[in-house]
Amino acid sequence: MTQMNMLQAINSALDTAMAADDRVLCFGEDVGVFGGVFRATSNLQQKYGKARCFNTPLVEQGIIGFANGLAAQGSVPVAEIQFADYIFPAFDQIVNESAKFRYRSGNLFNVGGLTIRAPYGGGIAGGLYHSQSPEAYFAHTPGLKIVVPRNPHQAKGLLLGAIDDPNPTLFFEPKRLYRASVGEVPDEDYRLPLGEAEITKEGTDITVLGWGAQMEVIDQAVEMAEKDGISCEVIDLRTILPWDFETVANSVFKTGRLVITHEAPLTGGFAGEIAATIQERCFLYLESPIARVTGMDTPFPLVLEKEHLPNHLKVYEAIRSSVEF
Amino acid sequence: MTTTKSKVVHAPKFTDGAEFRIPTFKLLKEDGSLYKSAKAPDLDKEKALRIYRTMVTTRILDERMLAAQRQGRLSFYMQCTGEEAAVIGSAAALDDNDMIMAQYREQGALAYRGFTIDEFMNQLFGNELDYGKGRQMPVHYGSSKLNYMTISSPLATQIPQATGYAYGQKLAGDGHCTITYFGEGAASEGDFHAALNMAAVQRVPVIFLCRNNGYAISTPATEQFAADGVAPRAYGYKMDVIRVDGNDILAVHEATRAARQLAVEHNRPVLIEAMTYRLAAHSSSDDPSGYRSKDEEAAWRQKDPILRMRLWLESKKWWSEDDEKKLQESMRREVLETMKRAQKRPPPPLETLVTDVYDEVPPALAEQFQKLKAHIRKYPEAYPKSAEHAKGGA
Repeated sequence: MTQMNMLQAINSALDTAMAADDRVLCFGEDVGVFGGVFRATSNLQQKYGKARCFNTPLVEQGIIGFANGLAAQGSVPVAEIQFADYIFPAFDQIVNESAKFRYRSGNLFNVGGLTIRAPYGGGIAGGLYHSQSPEAYFAHTPGLKIVVPRNPHQAKGLLLGAIDDPNPTLFFEPKRLYRASVGEVPDEDYRLPLGEAEITKEGTDITVLGWGAQMEVIDQAVEMAEKDGISCEVIDLRTILPWDFETVANSVFKTGRLVITHEAPLTGGFAGEIAATIQERCFLYLESPIARVTGMDTPFPLVLEKEHLPNHLKVYEAIRSSVEF
Repeated sequence: MTTTKSKVVHAPKFTDGAEFRIPTFKLLKEDGSLYKSAKAPDLDKEKALRIYRTMVTTRILDERMLAAQRQGRLSFYMQCTGEEAAVIGSAAALDDNDMIMAQYREQGALAYRGFTIDEFMNQLFGNELDYGKGRQMPVHYGSSKLNYMTISSPLATQIPQATGYAYGQKLAGDGHCTITYFGEGAASEGDFHAALNMAAVQRVPVIFLCRNNGYAISTPATEQFAADGVAPRAYGYKMDVIRVDGNDILAVHEATRAARQLAVEHNRPVLIEAMTYRLAAHSSSDDPSGYRSKDEEAAWRQKDPILRMRLWLESKKWWSEDDEKKLQESMRREVLETMKRAQKRPPPPLETLVTDVYDEVPPALAEQFQKLKAHIRKYPEAYPKSAEHAKGGA
């Protein structure tokens, strides 16, 4: 075990994967000798050579197109998109190509080795284009897996799980936590399962659900609610697609209440999918409407970032309203 | 830091690159004889006949299947007509283990590799034997055993994929390359730019073969780009480039052979622009009479690549009128018989609707599938293709 921040944990995961398998390659903008603008790929080029860790030209559709080809060839590409905000030029390669490669070929070919890493989320004065949370755009795409870790231990285990997974996987890293979140991380290889939510705290009155950097916000809100005598069950969804509806539904059977929170805008956000599914499965158990605490339906603002974000006070208020309904 | 040492001038000097006129490489004249200064190509009788037979097979398959589409037996079709030399001549210059990543008008390359008429038909009719399990539109072929990547409809997406695939081949060090085919219209997509730039920077063994056939559906090349075709763009990427007469089988083969050598032996990516003409409609859903003249088409019919190769073969006494008649007759018969067989085969089983989305069917999708099966059991007459399959299970 070593004390690591999230970036060090991600770097450790990449190092572990590259050491274990020659087919693993890391590339993207500034990923090479510089080690990435956030330093997630530090020292990998020095350690594994320019052929396996390298800079690409500044072209997101090219990075993912190239990665798709490599994965089809049998390599294990871990492509970096510098900010999740800039993943959209590669949307076509991801949605029409990566996601459909296996299905359309009748499993003659696949890009299962592909992992796409991208820093996401707000809270760092990033304005419109260094703050976005685009997971819901991709959650509408059968064939992809989408994973978001909440702390360094999760980041390493889930990233190794994503690299190992035989399906193309988007790995969104909460950049607000890159250096802020520190914890014990095993030095050796370990994998956390994809497609499984984790109950991080058990409770009986209400289920509070989120992912990524929002888990920290949830913890603060829950601490306030527990002081009021409200027992909260906290779930980290971890995998957005395919998501673990069973764990969430079982929790709601018990608590009868659900608050879902994410940074992305409300309309079309993934909370909508969860809310619809849970009301369908848990209709007779629900004691209050399912609440969604999210970013507003605006582009991500700079100066009024704090007002825009679903912070702990907004989540706390939603918990109270739900319990008092 | 710049990578070029630029000459300095002290007055504004603009250039539009007009000085870069790229010549066209030709070996074979329209009458089937070699140009005077052309060097006879290194193509033996056996290989030449394999190429020729594949060209004729592709033409017959295209004619028959377009007719089948017109009769309502097939939902959609696209012909390779007029471009058989560009496609088959280049494929024939490769090693069978090289990867082919095509657009959709390159069925000739797949036929050259040995894809059988049965295999073509199974895909066209999407029956239970189709490798693609009936999921994609007709003409979206693929074969892992023949190293022919499954076709997808989004244009140009395969071009950066080819760069990535070839990068993997370079690392593997097994001496193989990738060829990717695309039309001059697809070359306007951003993915073309991404692919060529990345290939040049990383020195990847990939051949980019542009079929410049004059049209992207109804859009003439003059509305596709202002420059001298697609070829000059290679200069901007510092990439080897050649323009070749796409209706000249010998020139296409020789250009591709030399390109492959540059790619595999020197890790130099190459752009080949094959100048040709799309003699057929864009697809079975298109009628070219709305945007081009019959005279223009007729002029290009004179330059038919199959006719030109046949004249060359006859001049070498490798082919005769009688051989031609036999081939035409036997191919027509085979295509018709195979079509009847493929059409009668049942569709892929219902399960193929949900398999291969992921390596395993996720629980939510498994639930959707069980619901669908129950629904089909309730209304079997509405789902004649799958009612039988839906019977078993809960």
